[in-house]
Amino acid sequence: MTAATPTAPGAFVSRTTGASRRNRPARRPASIAAQVFMITATVLWITPVVFALYVSLRPEKSTNKYGYVSMPHGGFTFSNFSNAWTQSDMLRFFENSVRITVPAVIITLLLASAVAFIVSRVSFKLNIALLIVFTAGNLLPQQVLITPLFRIYLAIHLPHFLSSSGLLYNSYFGLIVINVAFQLGFCVFVLSNYMKTIPGEMYEAAVVDGASLWTRYWRLTLPLCRPALAAMATLLTTWIYNDFFWAITLISTGNKRPITSALANLQGQFVSNQNMIAAAALIAAIPTLVVYVLLQKQFIAGLSLGSSKG
Amino acid sequence: MRTLSRRDKVVLGVLLGVPLLVDLVFVWFPAFATIALSFTKWSGVNGVNFFKPCKAGGLPGVPHPGCFFGTQNYHQAFNSGITPDFRPAVEHNAIWLLVFILIATPLGMLFAVVIDRGIAGSRIYQSVLFLPVMLSLALIGIIWELIYSQNLGLVNTLIGRNGNGNAIDWLGNPHLNLWSVLVEATWRQAGYVMVLYLAGLKAVDSTLREAAVIDGSNGWQTFWRVIFPVMRPINIVVLVVTVIESLRAFDLVYITSKSNVLPGLELLSISITQNIVGETQRIGFGSALGVVLLVISLVPISIFLYQNFRVEEKR
Repeated sequence: MTAATPTAPGAFVSRTTGASRRNRPARRPASIAAQVFMITATVLWITPVVFALYVSLRPEKSTNKYGYVSMPHGGFTFSNFSNAWTQSDMLRFFENSVRITVPAVIITLLLASAVAFIVSRVSFKLNIALLIVFTAGNLLPQQVLITPLFRIYLAIHLPHFLSSSGLLYNSYFGLIVINVAFQLGFCVFVLSNYMKTIPGEMYEAAVVDGASLWTRYWRLTLPLCRPALAAMATLLTTWIYNDFFWAITLISTGNKRPITSALANLQGQFVSNQNMIAAAALIAAIPTLVVYVLLQKQFIAGLSLGSSKG
Repeated sequence: MRTLSRRDKVVLGVLLGVPLLVDLVFVWFPAFATIALSFTKWSGVNGVNFFKPCKAGGLPGVPHPGCFFGTQNYHQAFNSGITPDFRPAVEHNAIWLLVFILIATPLGMLFAVVIDRGIAGSRIYQSVLFLPVMLSLALIGIIWELIYSQNLGLVNTLIGRNGNGNAIDWLGNPHLNLWSVLVEATWRQAGYVMVLYLAGLKAVDSTLREAAVIDGSNGWQTFWRVIFPVMRPINIVVLVVTVIESLRAFDLVYITSKSNVLPGLELLSISITQNIVGETQRIGFGSALGVVLLVISLVPISIFLYQNFRVEEKR
């Protein structure tokens, strides 16, 4: 039972105090070895990112002449960034990302919280079977689904206000749908674990007060799940924004692709200028870097919620 | 159930029905359709008939409707004369998995254990090691190309092999490129595993640890005999994530090989995609490859479900 209790997101925030309490004076050689190891790893880990930034800030002429590993002859310049931005449809790609990510995250959270509420808060014979269906679905590799999915997307016709291609294939709507369907399982799993920790008395009291099922879901459960929903929203936004596979396979038109998958096209377009490709990739990373700086705790809390149930 | 009014039952139906429909139509139906289609031969035109056996012959280049092909797709896949890509693809997926299990996972676990002990600078270490987890794999593939670049890159410059005559082609050489890409993948995966273990370590009751120390066990013994076994649930999660991620591996290789198939970088996921894009679709064959992935992925999925829902049943 103890292992089955999910950790509340708040627990992550308070972990530092727990760690320092635990922190007994370690033997000196061991702690020196640990520091050396961690510093080495940290330097190695940050190098690719810093290196990419360094290259993208230097003129191509300079790096072609002296190599990427050289003093900044010719100084630094933002021209790679501005050229990457103006010589491609980057704004359009970002717009596509927003048009896909925002609805997909909201719909996933709504649908997943609904299922989670039912399976965790309404005693229902099929609860476990349902949880298994959703959870297992999320664990399948995308490539298992893609061949039939590709044909299904070509076969389903949509009215034009939903898809300018007239098909589910090559439409924003189609990409939103698959992202929702694929992420549902993980969210249902996490949210249902979270909802199980809400004291049953609250629901009993609500029933006594005559609260309908809808009220218990919308007015009681969802507000209580705010921390978990925030963590999930952060995680889903990053994952869906970073999605590459669905957009590559289910969107054929270059200018309909969201930014992450459009990088593959940009790579071809700027093939002769690696500095500019690096700049484009770093521009594409800005939203995730914002999440990294501002919402790292939420992101990690989301991952912890998903893994601490065992 | 008995406390539900009629209106409640309608609400229940909608709350459960809509998500279930989405999940069944777009996840489970394709999963089963993969199995069915793997026994057909279909170029994607003129529909598919599961009950009409394929006839031998036929004019090449003339599109036929899909037909029942028996287990021919599987025979073709496993026959290296017909499908030279299949064996290397399976081997590369297996190597990917081994590298994740033997290198990325222990590395991530080690990071987590050291950080969890709260050594000075833990916070910075954790933030940096976690950074690649936030980045898309497409971006990771692109920035590592700068490191592996033949004449200009970091690695070749550092080891003095960046001349035109002696440059090492890390991403092109079929004997090297899988390993080069696996370094990129490990760079990301270790941070991911680290976060999962940090969550697990945090859940370990600190009195357990203290008791072990009082009993005179050192840090090493405490970890392997006390902490590691308590983390069994997280170990399973990490195992599942590891296996699934190595089966899903796609983005890095797609970016590195510029959407082609580079010798040395064949993967099941790449082969499957190759069969649906481009001029000639081989729906049946692509599905058969999908079934191979499905069968392998059922192992970790079953372990995970058993682990989780067995506990549930006991309640």
